[in-house]
Amino acid sequence: MAKDLKRAPFSAQVDLSKFHMEDFDQATEEEKRQQEVMGESTTFFKDGMRRLRRNPLAMGSIVVLILIIAVCLLAPKIVPYGYADIMKGSNNLGPFEYSAAELAKIDAGEEVFPHIFGTDSLGRDYFIRVVYGARVSLGVGIFASLLVLIIGLLYGSISGYMGGRVDMYMMRVVDIIYSLPDMLLIILLAVVLNETLAPKIQGTVLAKLGVNMISLFIVFGLLYWVSMARLIRGQILTIKQNEYVLAAKCIGTSTPRIIRRHILPNCLSVIIITTALQIPSAIFTESYLAFVGLGVSAPMPSLGSLANEARGGLQTYPLRLFFPALTICLIVLALNLLGDGLRDAFDPKLSR
Amino acid sequence: MANEYLVEVSHLKQYFPIRSGFKTIPLKAVDDVSFNIRPGETLGLVGESGCGKTTVGRTLLRLYKPTDGTVTFNGTEVTDKNIHALRKEMQMVFQDPYSSLNPRMTVEDIIGEPLDVHKLYSTRAERHEKVMELMETVGLNADHATRYAHEFSGGQRQRIGIARALAVDPKFIVCDEPVSALDVSIQAQVVNMFEDLQKQRGMAYLFIAHDLLVVRHISNRIAVMYLGHMMEMADSKELMDHPIHPYTESLLSAVPIPDPKTARSSQRIVLEGDVPSPLNMPTGCPFRTRCKYATDQCAAQRPELRDRGNGHFVACWNR
Repeated sequence: MAKDLKRAPFSAQVDLSKFHMEDFDQATEEEKRQQEVMGESTTFFKDGMRRLRRNPLAMGSIVVLILIIAVCLLAPKIVPYGYADIMKGSNNLGPFEYSAAELAKIDAGEEVFPHIFGTDSLGRDYFIRVVYGARVSLGVGIFASLLVLIIGLLYGSISGYMGGRVDMYMMRVVDIIYSLPDMLLIILLAVVLNETLAPKIQGTVLAKLGVNMISLFIVFGLLYWVSMARLIRGQILTIKQNEYVLAAKCIGTSTPRIIRRHILPNCLSVIIITTALQIPSAIFTESYLAFVGLGVSAPMPSLGSLANEARGGLQTYPLRLFFPALTICLIVLALNLLGDGLRDAFDPKLSR
Repeated sequence: MANEYLVEVSHLKQYFPIRSGFKTIPLKAVDDVSFNIRPGETLGLVGESGCGKTTVGRTLLRLYKPTDGTVTFNGTEVTDKNIHALRKEMQMVFQDPYSSLNPRMTVEDIIGEPLDVHKLYSTRAERHEKVMELMETVGLNADHATRYAHEFSGGQRQRIGIARALAVDPKFIVCDEPVSALDVSIQAQVVNMFEDLQKQRGMAYLFIAHDLLVVRHISNRIAVMYLGHMMEMADSKELMDHPIHPYTESLLSAVPIPDPKTARSSQRIVLEGDVPSPLNMPTGCPFRTRCKYATDQCAAQRPELRDRGNGHFVACWNR
């Protein structure tokens, strides 16, 4: 110590003269290691996945969804019946019942695959029809959501990023589209397209999909992206205010790169969550339309059209309504719970 | 003239349109500001919040398009066409270390982004090496390159921001209140680092701050702004010891003195009233509504920034 400095009366400085070197021990290696308290570096994604794994409802939904998808993919390979195969004499069977012809085959020692859900009034295996129905519904849900996501993302991010007058005009377009009645448009489009498009797509892959499905996709592409676009625009407007966007501009980063590297990753959580929640709503719309007869074309089943067909024999064969309805419920419930779980995991601020 | 100054700002104006009802009123954030910065020099820019300091810095770097006036860098006028190349020469350190770093990027990517944008490396390994070098320059542990910004303290985050600005090896950095979001002990470290970097690399700074003590410590010259106008500009010692403009006087009297005895004997000049709205600027001198020396001339005509000898510029009619 060079000089005995006078301490101010309320100084918080430690008075070193009260301590002596011999009072202190050297820290052992063990103690030094205890000071290293830095945790594993976690990314935002890892952190979210960890939270998601702790959510039993969300994990349960993932398991249910994987099971449903696995059945949808594998069942047509295992079950020897096609969704349009009409078997003479085996109409209106209950679950695991066999027709007279099939019983004779079993007696002759042949293997006959059981009708797990029974058959319908035309003698088609109902299990495979429900499986194909679920395939159609899931496919429509996922593709329609992707379509909505892509259009909404492009439109919303341009509108939000440009701001000002561009944003104003783009959002007025959204407002106008928002005010159009979607169901009416689907029905009108289906009717119009049936006359104009149907002959043109004869024999192509699109014909199998059916004009109704195409018009459904068109309507999704035309109308349903607006809420996604609004949401993404709002997100981008807030993210744009952050100084790191300004910093990127200052560096000389190009606009597409700023959107790609700085803005979109920061609204990714909202995008994932909304897309996950969009799928069940698309499935519902499809089922509803199929129920009123605007779904996939005839032999191809969808969960909604199966439910509609079951309506006729509801008193005698209630199970035929039960199976497709249960499948819709399972899919939609699982997707909704998964969406909620994703929101809790990736957007922790919202859940409180 | 062209080579004496690195940055020349002349008659810079930045008006933001504010829409109220059907009319659009210009908010005069920066109104006719001129100053020069020599190579390797630090110009401190002070003023209370909302006086347009930050806007000057951002307009200087073309983050906003100036309404009027020119910025000349190294003899060439800055335009929209050549700004991309000039971004390699002029950089900025931001005020808030919490929002100026992208939370989804690792430190290596944040510091490496300017290298990506200006293609300053040929291989991945070279990029990595450059980032490591920069992290060492600003006193960051190179092991932390794979971490995310939220894992760092405020001071460390500001160092990351500085490393990002240094990545392109600029000749001029706008420091936009780089220490005001940090606590006092860290402020000293960061300010000293700015000084050391300046010595090593010979960069010029425009150091924006509202803490006069910090500005006095780091600046060669100090400029005082009020309501988008330049009030006084002089060498920092000259300005601190002999302020001429009444606003500078009151600003200096508000600086806390870390000694109770001197503090008691010194007199604080307390200004009357509030800062007028920049939407409804007083006529003539913007400071006249709060100035005790104000006369009719102040209301009629705006005083020009005039040299009172030795590079001491003052905009006042009465002093």
